[in-house]
Amino acid sequence: MRQVDLLVVGAGPAGLGAAIEGARRGAKVLLVDENRTAGGQLYKQIHKFFGSGAHYAGTRGYQIAELLLSQAAELGVETLLDTRALGLMDDGSVSILHEGKLEAVYAGKVVLATGARENALAFPGWTLPGVMTAGAAQTFSNVHGTLVGRNILTVGSGNVGLIVSYQLMQAGAEIRALVEAAPRITGYLVHAGKLQRAGVPIRTAHTVVEARGDKRVEEAVIARVDEGFRPIPGTEETVAVDTILLAVGLNPRADLSAMFRCETAYEGGLGGLMPIHDQYMRSSNPQVYVCGDLAGVEEASTALEEGRLAGVHSAMSLGFAQKGDEGRMAELQESLCSLRGGEHARRRLDAKKRIMEKGGACYAGRE
Amino acid sequence: MCMHISEHPVADYPERERVSFLFDGRPMTGLAGQPIAAALLENGVSVFRHTHKSGQPRGLFCGIGQCSDCVVVVNGRPNVRSCVTPLEAGMVIETQMGLGKVGKA
Repeated sequence: MRQVDLLVVGAGPAGLGAAIEGARRGAKVLLVDENRTAGGQLYKQIHKFFGSGAHYAGTRGYQIAELLLSQAAELGVETLLDTRALGLMDDGSVSILHEGKLEAVYAGKVVLATGARENALAFPGWTLPGVMTAGAAQTFSNVHGTLVGRNILTVGSGNVGLIVSYQLMQAGAEIRALVEAAPRITGYLVHAGKLQRAGVPIRTAHTVVEARGDKRVEEAVIARVDEGFRPIPGTEETVAVDTILLAVGLNPRADLSAMFRCETAYEGGLGGLMPIHDQYMRSSNPQVYVCGDLAGVEEASTALEEGRLAGVHSAMSLGFAQKGDEGRMAELQESLCSLRGGEHARRRLDAKKRIMEKGGACYAGRE
Repeated sequence: MCMHISEHPVADYPERERVSFLFDGRPMTGLAGQPIAAALLENGVSVFRHTHKSGQPRGLFCGIGQCSDCVVVVNGRPNVRSCVTPLEAGMVIETQMGLGKVGKA
């Protein structure tokens, strides 16, 4: 049995942000993560981040993870890796599976930062070995040093599809084509430009319709789509590839938050079904905070700021208030607004506002 | 088709010891500590299991231990997620058939 002030589930940027802010205020923090390495998906981000200095612009993702992990350790955050949070028990404890043993954790507040999972895309042949998520190829290339294929078709021109394609080229693969069902490239043009300058054909209004091969992918069939994203018969082309990467978005991993009875809402712009929350990242269950991709799929910088906000507010509500907390929260909210500024983030910003309205309504008139 | 990346303009990989293991009775080598899936891919293996009902081949899919598509039998134990389980010297790895049986593939 363990007794802590703050239990943080997920050691990615959001969870680390929450753990750091909680511990900085004197709360006893336990951070658990099911992976053997902390840092969430930052550890496979070898590209430099954009934005301002406050958001670690110019620093590579894995370096940001190392920085946050050392801060958390210095502040006395206890971190358990290879540890799964299984769910909320009837007595209010959270059951964790650590080194083959179940343990009960009693926490004043729980911060869920469970992240997101990649979407799949079903088409004939999609289960053949060689069809995989872009994230899998990225993890294997950037972290493990294994290139999953030589000749690749990428599906999806969001930032994941663009960045992973470029990184695989750096590692020695050839991107035979990148298809995007939308009529235009959906990720940042600076990333798309790197591929186009290297001669990668980016085919908008195209999708993959079939993966063919005996025991593994040997070729892909792509086709033009109409305005309703339906493949147009007669426009099929075959591309000789050994690997098809799916970069078709992510959805919040809300299983655990559902077990905590956090109310959910559907927001397509944020990845789908997700827990609602107020402007302090508090879910409909006052014991539970949600942040990062779980609270709507965005970016690592946004996740970190949301985590920090959850960390400050949860610590404050447990009696660890510090002078200047109100100002710090306002600053984080302002920072989140700036990260969601600009036309490309408009849909996310609007969706996030609706989520916070619903989440805020849970607490209206109660405090 | 797949290969080990020896040089990369940005990424930096840990130094690892080359060790031997068996896959379906065939001797292979890989790097200690790399995921079993990475070792198999670098040895040209892309089919890790066959499905329970229709026997279809499956391989690496999510790469981070979430989807369970890449499970193999390791030292007689089925349903081991090859993408997140580190390779160790002397491992006896087998293609998983269906749901797998404890004690044999």
